Amino acid sequence: MSAAGLTIGPVLFNWPPEKWRDFHFRIADEAPVDSVCVGEVVCSKRAPMFEPHLAEVVERLEAAGKEVVLSTLTLIMSDPEMAAVRDTAGAEEWLVEANDVAACALLAGRPHAVGPLVNVYNEDTLGYLARNGAVRVCLPCELPASSLEKLAAGGGPELEVQAFGRLPLAISARCYHARSHGLHKDNCQFVCGEDADGMAIETIDGKPFLAVNGTQTLSYAYLNLLGELAALRTIGIDRFRLSPHDVDMVAVAVLFREVLDGRLEPQDATARLAALVEGAPFCNGYYHDIAGDAFTAAAAE
Amino acid sequence: MGPQIQTGMSKPLELVCPAGTPAALRAAVDAGADSVYLGFRDQTNARNFPGLNFSRQELAEGLAYAHERGARVLVAVNTFPEAGNPGPWRGAVDDAARLGADAVIVADIGLADYTHRNHRDLRLHLSVQAAASSPEAIGFYQRAFGVKRVVVPRVLTVAEIAALNRRIEVETEVFVFGGLCVMAEGRCALSSYVTGISPNRQGVCSPPSHVRYAEQDGRLVSKLGGYTINAFPADEPAGYPTLCKGRFVAREKASYLFEEPTSLNALHVLPELAAAGVRALKIEGRQRGRAYIAKVVAGFRSAVDAVAEGRPVPPLDLEQVTEGQRQTTGVYEKTWR
Repeated sequence: MSAAGLTIGPVLFNWPPEKWRDFHFRIADEAPVDSVCVGEVVCSKRAPMFEPHLAEVVERLEAAGKEVVLSTLTLIMSDPEMAAVRDTAGAEEWLVEANDVAACALLAGRPHAVGPLVNVYNEDTLGYLARNGAVRVCLPCELPASSLEKLAAGGGPELEVQAFGRLPLAISARCYHARSHGLHKDNCQFVCGEDADGMAIETIDGKPFLAVNGTQTLSYAYLNLLGELAALRTIGIDRFRLSPHDVDMVAVAVLFREVLDGRLEPQDATARLAALVEGAPFCNGYYHDIAGDAFTAAAAE
Repeated sequence: MGPQIQTGMSKPLELVCPAGTPAALRAAVDAGADSVYLGFRDQTNARNFPGLNFSRQELAEGLAYAHERGARVLVAVNTFPEAGNPGPWRGAVDDAARLGADAVIVADIGLADYTHRNHRDLRLHLSVQAAASSPEAIGFYQRAFGVKRVVVPRVLTVAEIAALNRRIEVETEVFVFGGLCVMAEGRCALSSYVTGISPNRQGVCSPPSHVRYAEQDGRLVSKLGGYTINAFPADEPAGYPTLCKGRFVAREKASYLFEEPTSLNALHVLPELAAAGVRALKIEGRQRGRAYIAKVVAGFRSAVDAVAEGRPVPPLDLEQVTEGQRQTTGVYEKTWR
C-alpha cells in the first residue's frame, strides 16, 4: 500500500492575520503533512485581512516541500466574491479547490480539486466532475462508509475524507455570529474573530450542540476518524483532511501520521488527541451511517 | 408598481404550487395553479414524508387532470442519489418522462447528466437543492445539461435576483410562501448530524420519527434526536421541532439563533420580483392538506393576476392557514442577513 496523504484543510475561522500566518509557518516547518489548503472559504469579508500574508505563507509551505492548494468560497453571492474566486481560479501554477459549482465551472478543462462543500454523493457525479477536470475530491462529511467504498471503487479522482475537526454542517446567507451580537452581516464588526474555534451553541437545557462560525454552522463535537483510518485505507481512501483548530495542530498531525504508518494504536492516539482538544467530545457517526454526532470508540485489538 | 413595470415582460408570472397527494393536486389546479410540483413516494424527492407523494398511477391520473385544465406537472427528483444505487433516481426520471411530465426538477449533477443524455426532450429544472446562486453556477448547469429553469436558492435579495436575471439565459423561479430554509438548501447537514436522516440523502429534514415531546419542570419540551429544540409553557401549543427554528443558547443567552419560527410570505414584493425578471413563483408545502393548498393558491392567483394587470396586490387573509405564525419576507430584504 502506498503512503497515505495528509492534508491540512483551510482555516475556517477568523483568526488574527499574524496568528494565521504563524500557524502556517509552523505547519510548514514541523507538521508531517503533504498538502495545505489556504484561502477563505466561509466569509469574503475576512479575506483582505490575511491576504497580505498569503504570498509569504505559500512560499514558506512550498519551501518546506508541501503542496499548496488554493481553496475558494463556499457560497458566492456577489460580483466581488465571484471576482475573487475567478482571480484564484486563474492562478494556474497551483491546484485550486472548488467549494461551489461556480468554481467548478471556472476551473473546467484543467486539473483542479473539489472540496467537501460540493455535493458529490455518487459515481455519476464524481465521474462528471472528473471529466470536467477534477483530479482530487474531498467528499462531503455526511457520507457513510458504504458510499465512500463505492466511490473509491471506481478508480476516478484521488479521494480525500475529513478525519479531524468540527464538521462543516451548513452555510447560510445570514451571519449568526452577527445575529447573536444584535448586528447584521453588513455591519458585523467582525465579531466572529472572538471565537477561534467557533462560538459554542447549547440547547436551552445546557447540552453542547453546535458551533457557529459566522455564516457557517459546525458540529460541536470534533470529528475523529483515527479508529477508522485502517478501514478507510482498505476501501481505497488514501488521503485525509485535518481541519485546523486553535490547538497544537502539529501534534494532531503527528498522531494521524503515526497511526497511518502503524506506529501507534488508534486507541492510544485517541487518548492523546482528547488531551490536545482539552476533552472536547469526538464524533464519527456519519462514517457508521448513524447520527453524525455519535462516537463509536475504536475497538481494542 | 404600475404599468411601466410591465414593459418588456414577455409572459405573466407562472404560479407553481405544491401537491403531496392527488387531492392536493386537484385543489391546486382548481384554485388556479399554472403548474403543480410533486414527487414519487420514496427517497428520490426532498419531501419524503410518510403518507405523502405519488405512485406512478397517481402521477398518470394527476397529469391527465392537470393537462385537461391547462396546467403543468413538474416532478421533483431532487435528492442526491446514493452511491451504488442509482436505480430509484433514474427510474423516477424515466417514469416521469414516460408518463408525460412537463419537467423534472433535479439537484444532483450525475442525475442531471443522466436525464440530459437519456431524455433530451424532457424539460429540466434545477432544484433549489442544487444551490446555484451565481451566473457561473447556473451557466454550468445550462451548458452541461440544458437546464431551462433554476429555482433560486434562498440566499439572494430581490436586487440580487434582478442582477442575476440580467446575466443568465435560463428562467428563474423563486419561493414566495411557506416554510423557509435559513441555510443554503442542499448544503445543510444539521438534521443528519442529530438524527442520521438527511435531506440530501433521504429527503427528510427534522424527521417525525426522531421527534419527542416531554414534560420537564412544568414545561412541554420538544426534542429532535437527543437535543432539546424548544420549550413551551404548559398552556401553549408546542411547535414542531424543526431544527433551525429552535431556541438555543449562545453567549449565555437563549434565542432563536438561526431563525424565529416564521414562514415566508413574499406577497408584498411580488411586483418587485416581477420587475426583477423572475419567471415563476413557487409556493412551499407538499406536506400540506388540500384546504390549505386551495386557500393559498387562490390567494396567490389573485395576487399574480393583479400584478399582471398592474393593479395593487390585494391583501390576503391567510391568517387561518398560517395559524397565527409570524411571517417574513426573509432574505428578499437585505437586513435579514
